[in-house]
Amino acid sequence: MAHAVLFEFLHAEMVAELGAGDTDPGPGGQKRSLSILEGIGFRVGRALGERLPRETLAFREELDALKFLCKDLWVAVFQKQMDGLCTNHQGTYVLQDNSFPLLIPMALGLQYLEEAPKFLAFTCGLLRGTLRTLGFESLVTSSMATLPACKFQVVIPKS
Amino acid sequence: MSRQANRGTESKKMSSELFTLTYGALVTQLCKDYENDEDVNKQLDRILFSNFLPRGYNIGVRLIEDFLARSNVGRCHDFRETADVIAKVAFKMYLGITPSITNWSPAGDEFSLILENNPLVDFVELPDNHSSLIYSNLLCGVLRGALEMVQMAVEAKFVQDTLKGDGVTEIRMRFIRRIEDNLPAGEE
Repeated sequence: MAHAVLFEFLHAEMVAELGAGDTDPGPGGQKRSLSILEGIGFRVGRALGERLPRETLAFREELDALKFLCKDLWVAVFQKQMDGLCTNHQGTYVLQDNSFPLLIPMALGLQYLEEAPKFLAFTCGLLRGTLRTLGFESLVTSSMATLPACKFQVVIPKS
Repeated sequence: MSRQANRGTESKKMSSELFTLTYGALVTQLCKDYENDEDVNKQLDRILFSNFLPRGYNIGVRLIEDFLARSNVGRCHDFRETADVIAKVAFKMYLGITPSITNWSPAGDEFSLILENNPLVDFVELPDNHSSLIYSNLLCGVLRGALEMVQMAVEAKFVQDTLKGDGVTEIRMRFIRRIEDNLPAGEE
């Protein structure tokens, strides 16, 4: 889909520009880069969420909201559904994508593994932002083992 | 059944705004992150002003391949055809809008694309102290990069912007020259 392509190219340039960390090459700079990318994703997630009709926003169950992320959000942004969703039914969810589109260009060499967090930061924010609009505060982190597969861990604290 | 149909519409609506939402969020977040940082204020202008042009260029260089594959548009014979393709096919395909083409120069080497609004700044929250024109550099870079890949050197710049209070947003496109395929240095 055309819009998706333009978004993916913009994402790649954002990571290249903001992930360079040339203002501060040490670990502090890297952290700032990830934080900025996550912040951008958060804004987008919130904005996407706000565009939904009211009925969708009235999720009462956490699990419904997570399923929405795995299906509707993922299809809208990445043209595919999440490949797996697990939960401990106590507020922790693991979302598995076996072929995450934003990681595919990187999947060619192991030496890029340390760069991978930069390519996932935006999407962590995206998930957190959409959940916020759906009424859930969360903490979202990511991990990867074999590119282009990755996992997003969503923790929704009990209030 | 209707739930599925609703789902499809929602997804489509979300995805059509994804690029402009992301761009808007990018600019807004950068402004927020750097607003209190005196030393890094220059970084912000650098990123948004100087760097967005080459970043946009990179996007354009990749985008043209996608565009040619999707659109099946043949080779344009002149700049007028190019203008039509840009406005009626490319803008529509990627941004969902169709600018109008006006103000052709007598020589036919310049024209304007008129947009009612600047599509890139729908979702940007602008701080007071930053020039609005700099946000447009990304799009200018995209146009330049894409056209260079089809052998056209052009200049693209925003000459009016609704964000600045102008009535319309106007992108001026100027044909510089045709790019001939160059042989690597040292070969005849």
